[in-house]
Amino acid sequence: MGSHGIHDKVAIVGMGCTKFAELWDKGLDDLIVDASTEAFASAGVSKEDVDAYWFGTAQSGMSGITLARPLQLHNKPVTRVENYCTTGSEALRGAVYAVASGAYDVAMAVGAEKVKDSGFQGLNAMNPPGDGTARTLTAAAMFSMVAPAYGQKYGVDEETMADVLASIAVKNHHNGARNPRAQFRREITKEQALASPRLAGTLGVFDCAGVADGAAAAVVVRAEDALKYTDKPIYIKALSFVAGSGSGLIDPGYDYTHFPECEAAAADAYAQAGITDPRRQLAMAEVHDCFTPTELVLMEDLGFAPRGTAWKEVLAGTFDLDGDLPVNPDGGLKSFGHPVGASGLRMFFECWLQMRGEAPADRQIATTDRGLAMTHNLGGYPGEMVSFVSVVGNQLG
Amino acid sequence: MPVPLGSSAVRGILSAAGYVPYRRLARSDIKDFMGSGGGKGTRAVASHDEDTTTLGVEAARLALRSAPGHTPESVWFATSVPAYLDKTNATAVAAALRLPGDVGAFDFGGALRSGVGCLIAALRGGGTNLVVAGDLRDGLPTSADESAGGDAGAAVLVGEGPDVLAELVATASATDEFTDRWRAPGDRTSKLWEERFGENRYLALGQDALARALKAAGIESGDIGRLVVTGMHGRAVSGLVKKLGLGESVVVDDLTLSVGQSGTAHPLLVLAAALESLRAAATPAGTVVVTLHLADGADAVVLRTTEALAAWQPARPVADQIANGAPLPYSKFLAWRGQLQPEPPRRPEPARVSSTAAYRNEEWKFGFVGSKDRSSGAVHLPPSRVSMEGGAVDDMEPIAMADATGTVVTSTIDRLAYSPSPPIVFAVVDFDGGGRYPVELTDADPDEIGAGSRVEMTFRRLFSADGIHDYFWKARPVRGGAARNGGEA
Repeated sequence: MGSHGIHDKVAIVGMGCTKFAELWDKGLDDLIVDASTEAFASAGVSKEDVDAYWFGTAQSGMSGITLARPLQLHNKPVTRVENYCTTGSEALRGAVYAVASGAYDVAMAVGAEKVKDSGFQGLNAMNPPGDGTARTLTAAAMFSMVAPAYGQKYGVDEETMADVLASIAVKNHHNGARNPRAQFRREITKEQALASPRLAGTLGVFDCAGVADGAAAAVVVRAEDALKYTDKPIYIKALSFVAGSGSGLIDPGYDYTHFPECEAAAADAYAQAGITDPRRQLAMAEVHDCFTPTELVLMEDLGFAPRGTAWKEVLAGTFDLDGDLPVNPDGGLKSFGHPVGASGLRMFFECWLQMRGEAPADRQIATTDRGLAMTHNLGGYPGEMVSFVSVVGNQLG
Repeated sequence: MPVPLGSSAVRGILSAAGYVPYRRLARSDIKDFMGSGGGKGTRAVASHDEDTTTLGVEAARLALRSAPGHTPESVWFATSVPAYLDKTNATAVAAALRLPGDVGAFDFGGALRSGVGCLIAALRGGGTNLVVAGDLRDGLPTSADESAGGDAGAAVLVGEGPDVLAELVATASATDEFTDRWRAPGDRTSKLWEERFGENRYLALGQDALARALKAAGIESGDIGRLVVTGMHGRAVSGLVKKLGLGESVVVDDLTLSVGQSGTAHPLLVLAAALESLRAAATPAGTVVVTLHLADGADAVVLRTTEALAAWQPARPVADQIANGAPLPYSKFLAWRGQLQPEPPRRPEPARVSSTAAYRNEEWKFGFVGSKDRSSGAVHLPPSRVSMEGGAVDDMEPIAMADATGTVVTSTIDRLAYSPSPPIVFAVVDFDGGGRYPVELTDADPDEIGAGSRVEMTFRRLFSADGIHDYFWKARPVRGGAARNGGEA
């Protein structure tokens, strides 16, 4: 028994990602075709060259046919996966493990979500029939309980906390403004962030991720074959995943200042990748900033700052594009937007660009010589969460 | 006719309780808003998440809480606004009270006379029975019914033995067929004949019923210690009280100025309040309490208090509940009653509750019963087969949490989520004696809730879809009266 990982066994050799936005003129099929076509071209393969597909969508379709039909795949295994907001990461996980197992030579992960056909703002889960006792609270409200809990535990007053959270929003908008594929490409000021209308608790509009349509895709092969497809493959160093038991919701010991599922996933991933000092070993991190307090707490859960200190690091600019450890250089969920099934793969897309030196000059990070990047993707809410962590690198070894 | 009393058993009321919802509409607000209507005082207003069933449940919880050791053989539920037709509403009441499956549950619906009718039937019958009534009274904006009506629940536990607080002495009814007030099925508001006609009839019927009841009891009107007169016909009630000419100390406040006339529940509510005030004033045993209700006739119930009244501990007296209300703007009242439709939140409405899932989870959904791990003691809400601590499987005992009080650990306000009356106030609650549950709050203003707030559980209707009502529990701030603390295994 043990989590052994598949360090350096599999590589990403091609990726695609659509613009994330309210794409009124594109349906799910369009998003799938656009992202997949870009990924095929990026890897220099045809759809026939791919032996197996993993398709992630939270609720835009069911079964592998949702992918096979628009791409007209013939006699290919297509697995549809769903794992809340980590659906895109889950698709990649399946494809990577399939290749690592030796079952297939080439696999592809596609994540897509058509969110903006519902007629409602925000994300709306379609729940199975139930006894009517389940919470109907929004994710924003559940995450809004984190900020006051954190502030109280670590003695951060309300004004300072507001400043910290606004700084995170400002950073992610700054980065997204430099990303042609992002939903929101406008920088904002702290004053704007602080003045935005409240949605839940103290969280305002600028504390919440953008809601967008979009798709992203990745082609993966055995690491030993990677150079046949690209001279700059991105190697999988670690993949970890934790599905929480939900007991945080009813456990009087849980204090809403950390996400144990994320801590556990990070610890497993770091062990697989041989990382002992993530703050210094990682070139960048894409993290699940669904709400600004989420990103704050993740800086501690992922080991970038000791407990109770991330707020100071945020104010010091540690996680800015030109900081010690750039976090969400692509703008994150906040400004890139959050098409649920695509977001996990979108995070890999930014690693793909940055670690290959292909990000636009105005947001290219300066830390890529560290060689390693991480993605962190979560779903659910405090107390009841799934969490995914990956580490990728631009070199073997 | 005199009620034959058994040689040994004293039959009468074991416990009584009223439930007055938290919100109050100042009648003057109606005139301020509409230019006419309204009047003096306030009326009680059920929250948007309350219906006649939940009003009845809240009253019945209080009645049973103050009658320890007594379990009814049946629950009789009376209302003029049933949440369901065809389907029995008393079954939901029984489920919320966690009464065993061998308890009968029956509805007495429609007419405003059904509450007092249930009480008389229970008093004159045998065994221990719980009479529950709940009503929401509506009227068109500016109408007398809108203003004079009130929302409330009431419950009376009737039985025998040394715990009887007020023994039955006599009852009498006067019945007459006349159309003074009527409402077609499906309508929310009533229609009325010329007021003078009803007044004329009720004055005669009320005097007739009272005279025969006193005769059956073998007492004179001067022997009456407390007189409760209720009915939707305000002029008839006040006219009759005047005609009877009993002193101010005898006539019980009919709660018109604070609660309003709560239909089927009202005679039971005022009777409960009367018994509570007799106990609070340490009135000697033997006080005669007469209840006279005017609805399509008149019904009189003569009771006499016993020595047991002094030891009775009402869980939350009606007077305390009246004192602990909070104002509701008239616009919100209109919206809650469907008389005014504000723009709904732009979120999908909840799907209907699965009948089968609700059935399987009846203990949890209706009774707020969780499970407690025998080895670790961890409380699971909802109940779980596998423990979150230690991993024991199928080694839990049920733990009833509905009467547990708790403290808010952290809270928030959700301005986005679907609610019939946004925003949602939500809190993580740690119960005294163990257990945590994140739960929606009700009867609370957003800024009064924060870490450390004390809350208790209340049975509510979350929403309705496809005609199926979603009953479940919410938390509300503890206000006035004694509350319990830990869960009960």
